[in-house]
Amino acid sequence: MAEVTILGAGVAGLCVATELAARGLAPRVIDPAGGPGAQGCSWWAGGMLAPECESVTAEAPVVRLGREAADWWARHTAVTRAGSLVIAPARDRGELDRFARRSQRHERVDAAALEPDLPAHDALHYPREAHLDPRAALGDLARGLAARGIAIARDGARRGTVIDCRGLAARDALPDLRGVRGEMLMLRSRELTLARPVRLLHPRHPLYVVPRGDGVFMLGATQLESDATGPVTARALLELLSAAYALHPAFAEAELVETGADARPAFADNLPRIRRHGDVIHVNGLFRHGFLLAPALARMVAELVTEGRIPEVMDEDRDQRHVARG
Amino acid sequence: MAEFYGVTLDSPMMLGTAQYPSPKVLADAFAASGAGVATVSLRREAGGGQDFRALIEGLGVHILPNTAGCHSVKEAVTTAQMARELFGTDWIKLEVIGHADTLQPDPFGLVEAARILCSEGFEVFPYTTEDLVLAERLLQAGCEVLMPWGAPIGTGLGLNNRYGLRSLRAQFPEVAMVIDAGLGMPSQAAEAMEMGYDAILLNTAVAQAGDPAAMARAFAMAAEAGRLARGADPMAPRDMAAPSTPLIGKAWLE
Repeated sequence: MAEVTILGAGVAGLCVATELAARGLAPRVIDPAGGPGAQGCSWWAGGMLAPECESVTAEAPVVRLGREAADWWARHTAVTRAGSLVIAPARDRGELDRFARRSQRHERVDAAALEPDLPAHDALHYPREAHLDPRAALGDLARGLAARGIAIARDGARRGTVIDCRGLAARDALPDLRGVRGEMLMLRSRELTLARPVRLLHPRHPLYVVPRGDGVFMLGATQLESDATGPVTARALLELLSAAYALHPAFAEAELVETGADARPAFADNLPRIRRHGDVIHVNGLFRHGFLLAPALARMVAELVTEGRIPEVMDEDRDQRHVARG
Repeated sequence: MAEFYGVTLDSPMMLGTAQYPSPKVLADAFAASGAGVATVSLRREAGGGQDFRALIEGLGVHILPNTAGCHSVKEAVTTAQMARELFGTDWIKLEVIGHADTLQPDPFGLVEAARILCSEGFEVFPYTTEDLVLAERLLQAGCEVLMPWGAPIGTGLGLNNRYGLRSLRAQFPEVAMVIDAGLGMPSQAAEAMEMGYDAILLNTAVAQAGDPAAMARAFAMAAEAGRLARGADPMAPRDMAAPSTPLIGKAWLE
């Protein structure tokens, strides 16, 4: 049996480990933190499995590969398949039309018909989209691996093929990786119930709200060209909360449960890569699509390791030219 | 061709660097437009972002840092000083916002900030309205370039006050002027250049287009067409029809 060592226990590392384990391998997983947690950017993710909505700004592969995600996750953790909703303030109706034009698999609805707590509002519904709780999902993957005897070690020798899923920490080996800062917060409201993620299109302060159950809502997420990982700024908080208040005044009475910020790993085109350097395979650049793309990338890595099949997002040739030049 | 503080630009296109789907798309849009100037917002983008700076510098164009989002003279001056240090240029696009909803410039703060920055050796590109008196004061403060708005930032409404913009252009024929903000379609860029403006600066119309590179090229072609037309001394519109072929003495009739 092939020996494999996976570096990193974020969403990419755990999905790869899970796929390899499903094919009968017993990878070693090494993460200095000992498991998923606040040190990794997947901890701060929204958990929306929304390839159609993302297609408005993302390239085609994100949409195509992202459509695999909901089924994959449903085999490993609780996935809510209630679609997602996109609304725009009345005076920015043009934004909604544009969003509709640039995405597929949606229907025009009245927001209030699907989400009774929202006011009547022209909206787009993407019925095939889904969402999950990222922290619960990471925990479920770690438990699933543990049940197969695969523990997450804090350190240890790298043996066999190394699959590097360290995210932004892998910049030491991937100089073209950059950080894109995201900021989020969590609110708890007893007044408001949402069944599905809601995106508010706003020319200045776009917002998404993901219900996490038990009255908790995750609000995100800013996108800044910066690798700074410091605390949420007052401005980001102000913008997110103002947008949330515009979505529903009840958010003003909600408890602020948590704030967080981290930098997501991305390449220049914001597309993921599987890249081979000698006997190290890098899986990186998942950008804001960690939970959306990790299942497809994990499948491709597993096919590469077990069958030698070259994945479509593999760029080792290009990279070798790059290295030779550099 | 107009000079911007001693710099002659090959292209009348200036592009902003915000809101693109990815840095790759941004770079493609710049390549397609041939833009010679990139504006960069310091306040949000550069919060520790070495990578973003490297990316912008990699475009190989003149960098025009801006003070976007500043609502006071003090904020704008401090941001300009940080920008000079960070980008190593005296160029600064000065924005002092006076109205939160329309993002309209604060004319009083703008003149004051321009005076301070010019006295500190900055080469100031003030984001202004088409107001003639304000333009005069900015020139007195030491500005050698003016950037009047077409319409409020991000609206895509085009040239909102044609009379005012024509009048501004006519009043200060020697001053380099850039139509900044509000352009939504290439035809508006062509019109601005036909009016005699020296360049156009835009961001949202390109960055938020479904195909930013194609839109960037469309704007560049339109701006070039407008510039060429202006230089070709266009005819004056008239009410009386004048046939391009004389009717008298027509030799052949169908």
